[in-house]
Amino acid sequence: MNRRHVLAGLAGLAPMTVAGRVWAAPKADARLLVVFLRGAYDAANVVIPVSSSFYYESRPNLAIARPGSGVGSALSLDVDWGLHPALASSILPLFQRGEVAFVPFAGTDDLTRSHFETQDTIELGQEVNVRRDYRSGFMARLAHELTGVRPISFTEQLPLTFQGEVAVPNVAINAVGKAGIDSRQAKLITAMYEHGPLSGAVAEGFRVRDEVYQQVTDHMMEASRNAASPKGFELSARRIGRLMRETFNLGFVDVGGWDTHVNQGGATGYLADRLGELGRGLAGFAEEIGPKWNDTVVVVLSEFGRTFRENGNHGTDHGHGSVYWVLGGGVRGGRIAGEQVAVDQPHLFQNRDYPVLTDYRGLLGGLIRQLYGLDAASLGRVFANVTPKDLALV
Amino acid sequence: MGGPRAGKVLVLGVLVAFGLGSSAEVRAGEPPVHASPSAAPAPVAAPLVFSPHDIAFVDALTWGANASTMARFHALGVEGWLKEQLHPARDTLPAEAQRQIEALEISRRSAPQLVTEFRDRDAALKNLPSPEEKGAAQKVYQADMTARAREAATAAILRALYAPDQLRERMVWFWLNHFNVHQAKGNLRLLMADYQDNAIRPHALGKFRDLLAATLRHPAMLRYLDNAENAAGRINENYAREIMELHTLGVGSGYSQKDVEELARILTGVGIAGPNIPRVKPGQEALLIRDGLFEFNPARHDFGDKVLLGRTIEGQGFAEVEEALDILSRAPATARHVSRDIAIYFVADNPPEALVQRMADTFQKSDGDIAAVLATMIRSPEFEASLGKRFKDPVRYVFSAVRLAYDDRVILNTQPVQNWLNRLGEGLYNHETPDGYPLVSTAWTASGQMTARFEIARQIGSGAAGLFKPAEEGAVEQPAFPLLQNSLYFSGLSARLSPATRLALAQAISPQDWNTLFLSSPDFMQ
Repeated sequence: MNRRHVLAGLAGLAPMTVAGRVWAAPKADARLLVVFLRGAYDAANVVIPVSSSFYYESRPNLAIARPGSGVGSALSLDVDWGLHPALASSILPLFQRGEVAFVPFAGTDDLTRSHFETQDTIELGQEVNVRRDYRSGFMARLAHELTGVRPISFTEQLPLTFQGEVAVPNVAINAVGKAGIDSRQAKLITAMYEHGPLSGAVAEGFRVRDEVYQQVTDHMMEASRNAASPKGFELSARRIGRLMRETFNLGFVDVGGWDTHVNQGGATGYLADRLGELGRGLAGFAEEIGPKWNDTVVVVLSEFGRTFRENGNHGTDHGHGSVYWVLGGGVRGGRIAGEQVAVDQPHLFQNRDYPVLTDYRGLLGGLIRQLYGLDAASLGRVFANVTPKDLALV
Repeated sequence: MGGPRAGKVLVLGVLVAFGLGSSAEVRAGEPPVHASPSAAPAPVAAPLVFSPHDIAFVDALTWGANASTMARFHALGVEGWLKEQLHPARDTLPAEAQRQIEALEISRRSAPQLVTEFRDRDAALKNLPSPEEKGAAQKVYQADMTARAREAATAAILRALYAPDQLRERMVWFWLNHFNVHQAKGNLRLLMADYQDNAIRPHALGKFRDLLAATLRHPAMLRYLDNAENAAGRINENYAREIMELHTLGVGSGYSQKDVEELARILTGVGIAGPNIPRVKPGQEALLIRDGLFEFNPARHDFGDKVLLGRTIEGQGFAEVEEALDILSRAPATARHVSRDIAIYFVADNPPEALVQRMADTFQKSDGDIAAVLATMIRSPEFEASLGKRFKDPVRYVFSAVRLAYDDRVILNTQPVQNWLNRLGEGLYNHETPDGYPLVSTAWTASGQMTARFEIARQIGSGAAGLFKPAEEGAVEQPAFPLLQNSLYFSGLSARLSPATRLALAQAISPQDWNTLFLSSPDFMQ
């Protein structure tokens, strides 16, 4: 097993200083959650280029007003950027505490503008122009490089990013319920699968089932003392926070519904509602994970951005560059990170979309290198032939 | 339904008591009898015995082998049965299933009637004076829409479980998934029944071009992928892109962003008929099309010339769409893309390239004749080699379990089935994005998926699932214990069980437990 090999080598290293902080190497108790916004969220209306008059010209119906211009105006992040008002009570406080960084002009060089192709591209994290290996996602490769890691996917199906050599459990986190299959039946079923290809999945499934049920129900009993119980993504995210505080330290979750071709709304409306739920979920996650928030990084990403100009139906079509979010108690946030250009017509990609200036593999590579203290060889096995971008995010 | 009943009497003749594990082995040792084309149903007292091969063959092309389908297979022989499946005369149902479908609201009112009714209700409820009344009325309105989608699912499930034209029903699901729409958007819940029964089913074994055109003219698709909003000067690319990427050519087949934009222009004005006839410029009246809920409105159409995949299409109205559909449905990339998806669905996650190519050749030679493409696949050595090995996706898993458990005894409530499919992540009309559910088995084998499946196995196997509790208020559940250890089990299914499965089954402590373990076994998963 090559990871043992690598780690044996790393374990001998003295604690090292990265970005001014002392890490043990490798950082065994770091937690990483990747949140995938499927459907290509309209980044330009979430992290808003408020100093760009071109933005306001391009979006006569959708634009969010400049900060300070009354109800529904953008929340100021810095002189050039503002935040969607639906995130006022959830993400803005985190940003002000310096626990959120936004990376605009981030994405892939996949130009199909196909949701499904580009989602695959990102989840696989492989080089372009190389034949894709659909059995090797980047999070599975990362799990393989780390020791003491407990990966989990908070999804109904195992996403591509967790396909690989490591058997990763999945759990439909919004639908955890009491098991009907008892432990005797579980044993008999496990025995039937023992020598087949699904033996690992079946055994792991029963193990994780009991663990998750225990923790989620404890949590529900505590939470029921509060008045309203959360729903939708907030419920999921809070459960995830709980599970990642106690047990799991490498997670993936996806949130759908971002493909807004028609009537996406502005300060209020469809996109604002989705965003509000996302923000409440992420803030809830931070709350539930408690003291471990300081060792946690959450990356929020999406397959691509949307057309910079609004379309004829008060919506936006498939574009290119996006804005990624990096959150965590130890994140060097409160800023807009990465390379930037003026948001004007000449800088649009194909006169249509945000350009991509920060490649997602470089961004994630730089992040996990710092987070886990991965050496170049190890990082190369997660993201082959990539120059990690050092945005000093952790 | 016109199938001979003799076979049914034969196979239902033996109901074996629970717990005779050893008798399974004895039966399994008997020489298998192959169904031959000439075999007529003979007056034999013993149950029919089927080879694992025959069961796997029927299983692969239906929603699950059960005693009555195997009897039909025996009666007709391989060739006769296959011919009936590929070219079914009519989609007739057993009387009880038919009765249930006819009792549904969606059977009594057409899609345009439903849409009009709900449009009127929506307008009326907006005029209600108090917010409380409005809120309450809105709730009822939404619940009624949801009920129409549930009825559509009921009809789909009853057909899947009991229709004699089983292969057609498999293909109805396949095409519904290929041309996926999601019920949660707008009023799509009202349209699901019409979409599956009038756009998809009539063409499920017919010509691909007709199927594509039927989905393009259906309001469910036009609403779901926003083409109802696509108009000259107000282009919406969504549907145009997905037609090329998902429905026809496939991504990476060589079309460009420019082609997407051109097809979007061709599709301007293709939309949904409202209550009023649109005003059209003088001279363009003849170009207006209104057909049920479909409308082509020339006033919203971009009449400029377009270039699609290198071919110039002159601006002329809806005829442009017909031209585009010809180009797209006859493109070699479409033949390959569609054939490959069919092969993935039936044969393997990575179907052999040679098989896909032969199917694609048939597709092109037959001008997209779906039954012909299926015949090429079914007669291939690759298909033969895959029998009994294809991992069941959740829909196939649940349907095959219910078919085996109750054979042709028609369930009285489909809600438990709908709930199982939702829980397993493959609910009917519930996939949010236009790519449809994954066809590859790796999407359904993750650990959490497997444990969810075992829970469903327990619910079906323990017989208390509510399948025979009629939906009517106050109805009493009818006794119906699932008989999985039935004649088909002893006359064929048991022969393919692995030693590990036999060992586990031998430790069952009750019939419920035996059923749960059997439905949870790796052997039943494929």
